[in-house]
Amino acid sequence: MSEAQMKVSDEIAISIEHMNKWYGTFHVLRDINLDVQRGERIVICGPSGSGKSTLIRCINALEEHQQGSITVDGTLLSSDVKNIDKVRSEVGMCFQHFNLFPHLTILENCTLAPIWVRKIPKKEAEETAMHFLEKVKIPEQADKYPGQLSGGQQQRVAIARSLCMKPRIMLFDEPTSALDPEMIKEVLDTMIELAEDGMTMLCVTHEMGFARQVANRVIFMDAGQIVEQNKPEEFFNKPQSDRTKLFLSQILGH
Amino acid sequence: MSDTPNIGFVRHEPIPPSAPPIQQAGMVKWMRENLFSNWINSILTILSIYFVAKIILASTPWMWNGVWTTSSLRECREVLQGTIGACWSVLAERWNQMLFGFKYPAEAYWRPTLAFVLLLVCIAPILFQKLPRNMLIFSAIYPFLAFWLIWGGTVLTPVVVALSLIAGYLAFVKMERLTGFATGLLSGVVAVALVLYLGSFVTAALPEFIALEPVASRDMGGFMLNLILGTVCVSLSIPLGIVLALGRQSNMPIIKGICVVFIEFIRGVPLITLLFVANVVLSYFFPPGTNLDLILRVIIMITLFSAAYIAEVIRGGLAALPRGQYEAADSLGLDYPQAMRLIILPQALKISIPGIVNVAVGLFKDTTLVSVISMFDLVGMIRGPISSSTAWTGIYWELYLFAILLFFVVCYGISQYSQWLERQLRTDHH
Repeated sequence: MSEAQMKVSDEIAISIEHMNKWYGTFHVLRDINLDVQRGERIVICGPSGSGKSTLIRCINALEEHQQGSITVDGTLLSSDVKNIDKVRSEVGMCFQHFNLFPHLTILENCTLAPIWVRKIPKKEAEETAMHFLEKVKIPEQADKYPGQLSGGQQQRVAIARSLCMKPRIMLFDEPTSALDPEMIKEVLDTMIELAEDGMTMLCVTHEMGFARQVANRVIFMDAGQIVEQNKPEEFFNKPQSDRTKLFLSQILGH
Repeated sequence: MSDTPNIGFVRHEPIPPSAPPIQQAGMVKWMRENLFSNWINSILTILSIYFVAKIILASTPWMWNGVWTTSSLRECREVLQGTIGACWSVLAERWNQMLFGFKYPAEAYWRPTLAFVLLLVCIAPILFQKLPRNMLIFSAIYPFLAFWLIWGGTVLTPVVVALSLIAGYLAFVKMERLTGFATGLLSGVVAVALVLYLGSFVTAALPEFIALEPVASRDMGGFMLNLILGTVCVSLSIPLGIVLALGRQSNMPIIKGICVVFIEFIRGVPLITLLFVANVVLSYFFPPGTNLDLILRVIIMITLFSAAYIAEVIRGGLAALPRGQYEAADSLGLDYPQAMRLIILPQALKISIPGIVNVAVGLFKDTTLVSVISMFDLVGMIRGPISSSTAWTGIYWELYLFAILLFFVVCYGISQYSQWLERQLRTDHH
């Protein structure tokens, strides 16, 4: 995969300025400034409790921020419910525990939001869903229930479910952390394919191989702050801060 | 390291799958394992058999020798002449009163009977998803049809009520789209009131239009009254319970506060006091001159009572759902009503089925409490008019056995249905 294939435009997809968040009195995100270009693929890593999941959950307002501003696709996130719903329908999200709807079949999981939020006719939504299920390579499971699938398959369904809304941005919150080693690869392959198609992606993960291969930027967070960000080669080969060096030595050293 | 045993191992021939060993079967083996596995179990088994046999031997002749054709308890005793036997004649003579109450006109018994048969048709498509969906149209019509059949009067009365509800719904949908939920709700209520007001002139002008002989609410009684109260209150209290449960989870402090206070107050009060309130006190809350039907008052009270319990059961179901389900629904852009209706409630209600059925069965049996406020339901009939009649004073077993049988059949049916439904809704493993 060459750099030329994975174009990044100058257009800004997400803009975060001086964003702060507290859980009670605990200052969980501190003065976050981040601009994401359209088509950019960002990997966010850091020790647990560093606020990386909270950061991407703020982007689709699953968590509320208290100070600063987040602008997604030109829409400012505020307490206005209409803006929040608009952003959420443009931003897809995959969770660590997949969060498929267990009472619906795979196909129904994928068609639910297009039918109810986008008001797309059922037949058309099902065609779109089958298209994306083929893309994640499990069209034959369409009539099964999530409980009958393996973890890797479930996560790929979750990705397809998000894609059915035709999002312009995808957020991944540790998508492979709950998976067996054998299944991690199938999910990462799906994500790599997505990146090649030019999707704007923010991904919280500890899969450093994925970061090297796909990311244009790696962000390292600690204690609620962005400590270091750089291109993957620079980040892994010449980390600047001591905290980053320690972290990298811990996760790459074994 | 020469004394280390060689632990290297490579499998070259895969082990083919084979059939499981044949289970030892047979009656004797089963009995030895389950009834006589040790000496304590053996003693308990023998004791149980002894007591079961004793009960059957003692009660069978009493039931079997029963008398069916006499007209009073005294005649029963004369026929039996000291031998053991039940006096089933009371059932043969008074079955109609126990089923319909003692004032319901006998020539109109077919009306509640038909309503009961149609009730089965009405709930069938609600209970069984596989039946054709257009049967639900009849389910929607049924409440009005049943009201007309049981209470009688002109068919215009339920038609007007149905039309007012349709008008209210249309007004709500229209105004909600234009101006929002609150004004939509208000205009819906106004539309209902308006159609009801106009319709009252029509029904007053044409009281004989396709009319059945009217029967007053105070003439309802017997098991019919229990069934009316049970079905109406259960079907009203489930939606009310859902609303209360969601309200209790709300972020809006006033709505949450109202729901919490309501639920905790109702749950802290015995049903019987609420029924006394319905009977005596409730009329003080309405403007003088309004004469709200006693059955309606009792229905309101029992519905509020069981709605509070069902709300708590559903709250348990809501709390049992992982947060991820809410977040996944949010992240897909579903709004609150969609997320609740499509994602959260189907799962929460599924978890709540055993609890809801528990409340429903309890509620159905609690309808016998209305006998205390001098309504003549099945128990009220037995305690009142039948036991105090000169012919049947002193007869208990036969009457209460009949009541037990009726309630048991209904409640056991409900419980079996709920177990079947739980199996149907299980999607986690097949």
